Amino acid sequence: MLLISCPNCGSRDETEFHYGGQAHVPYPENPAGLNDREWAEFLFYRDNTKGAFAERWLHSTGCRQWFNMLRDTVTYDIQAIYPMGTPRPATAAATSVIAPEGATK
Amino acid sequence: MSTDQLPEHPDFLWRNPEPKSSYDAVIVGGGGHGLATAYFLAKNHGMTNIAILEKGWLAGGNMARNTTIIRSNYLWDESAAIYEHALKLWEILPEELEYDFLFSQRGVMNLAHTLGDVRESIRRVGANKLNGVDAEWLDPEQVKELCPILNISDNIRYPVMGATYQPRAGIAKHDHVAWAFARKCDELGVDIIQNCEVTGFLKDGNRVVGVKTNRGTINTEKVGLCAAGHSSVLAEMAGFRLPIQSHPLQALVSELHEPVHPTVVMSNHVHVYVSQAHKGELVMGAGVDSYNGYGQRGSFHVIEHQMAAAVELFPIFARAHVLRTWGGIVDTTLDASPIVGLSPVENMFVNCGWGTGGFKGTPAAGLTFAHTIATGTPHKLNQPFALERFETGALIDEHGAAAVAH
Ligand SMILES: Cc1cc2nc3c(=O)[nH]c(=O)nc-3n(C[C@H](O)[C@H](O)[C@H](O)COP(=O)(O)OP(=O)(O)OC[C@H]3O[C@@H](n4cnc5c(N)ncnc54)[C@H](O)[C@@H]3O)c2cc1C
Ligand SMILES: [Zn+2]
Repeated sequence: MLLISCPNCGSRDETEFHYGGQAHVPYPENPAGLNDREWAEFLFYRDNTKGAFAERWLHSTGCRQWFNMLRDTVTYDIQAIYPMGTPRPATAAATSVIAPEGATK
Repeated sequence: MSTDQLPEHPDFLWRNPEPKSSYDAVIVGGGGHGLATAYFLAKNHGMTNIAILEKGWLAGGNMARNTTIIRSNYLWDESAAIYEHALKLWEILPEELEYDFLFSQRGVMNLAHTLGDVRESIRRVGANKLNGVDAEWLDPEQVKELCPILNISDNIRYPVMGATYQPRAGIAKHDHVAWAFARKCDELGVDIIQNCEVTGFLKDGNRVVGVKTNRGTINTEKVGLCAAGHSSVLAEMAGFRLPIQSHPLQALVSELHEPVHPTVVMSNHVHVYVSQAHKGELVMGAGVDSYNGYGQRGSFHVIEHQMAAAVELFPIFARAHVLRTWGGIVDTTLDASPIVGLSPVENMFVNCGWGTGGFKGTPAAGLTFAHTIATGTPHKLNQPFALERFETGALIDEHGAAAVAH
């Protein structure tokens, strides 16, 4: 069980919250201009980071407000909580992500 | 204790070879799907100069963490076809692999607790019958007859309103399934290389030509990804994305009991699924944690939730104790169906997205994925599960039959 510090209510059990998946995925500015591939990206493709991950949470049984969280998806350690609409804090680098090594020969 | 008092080590079922510098194909992931794929590559396609690379130990991922439920009563034609093919393979595999892995066709019941459940279930039974999948609709009395320890009274939060039943479904001993495939792979010449983590890929333009590992670089003409919960991490290394989210999924067992539970009971609605292993422990699956996670552990409140529902449905479980709980990392997709086929990288193939329910699919995943790797083309059973479906919109929505259950 995570202990989550709601920006409005303070520390509460995880069971009071709902998970909202990856943060910082804006609705397309010009939806009509997207091709099928781009729509698929928006609808179905989300990052699945191993390491520090910016995600949305909703305090559904408390203040009913959304906020963002930076959490390590391996240790589950909560690294930062910050308001929606503000950029991801530049703190902690990913702790355990394996650097992509798609070297080209 | 001195070791000379120990019994002799039983025969080793596979070698532990050093990786060669090159292979005709490399399979990433030594779970059930990687093993089955390698087996069918060697057996059906004569590709024996191949290796399975496993970062930990064989079957240490989801393969030996699942609740071993095998069934094929999925709603849509595409799913019924591949899962039923798998079930038919399960029926012949003990003989083919010369290994009795305790495949037990004791039937699987999927309970209905609401009018919506009842309608979905009856519709699914009809669809199953049309697809040649054995399926029946049971009323609560018939449910009780098959599984006497179930509480079918009206006096519970979600009364049992009936169930679908697939008599040919059942369970198998998952670690023995892995060993059975591993032994045959080894006999056919496949190198099973444990403690070998893939850390990157070598590409020539958009074509994969090798893998980097913690034990050196290995050249290869083809790569098949069977990495379950880590599929996204590997795809990212190769330079593409997958529409997958990884979540912790938990299970638990009780201490050993006299046989009390003759079949397998699943309920998507209250989220319980339980069978009794041959040795006697009650094996139960809990839910996924809502958040993305790679930690191979989940939260206790998820276990608590599942136990509460289990005790209401099976009042005698109130006297049992939880002996052990554990978690695996499952690779979920938004339509609850797997992704099998070609990838955006040439000569790299993906088999993933089996999520919470891929144990049952192991033989068919292996058979069809081997075909795809060997020929570079889809197999007719895995074609509908190609990655493109997220673009074309031809999704295979199995949330009713799969939900988070198995
Ligand atoms: C608790 C639980 C209960 C379940 N219950 C059921 C059930 O009742 N019925 C059912 O049908 N399904 C069930 N499942 C789902 C099923 O277990 C999976 O869908 C299936 O095991 C996935 O295929 P696999 O066996 O190949 O995966 P895994 O055994 O997870 O194999 C993937 C392997 O890839 C390896 N790997 C990852 N990254 C790398 C790398 N970089 N280099 C090398 N190797 C790597 C991993 O170490 C792992 O061994 C359950 C899962 C869980 C967790
Ligand atoms: Zn709050």
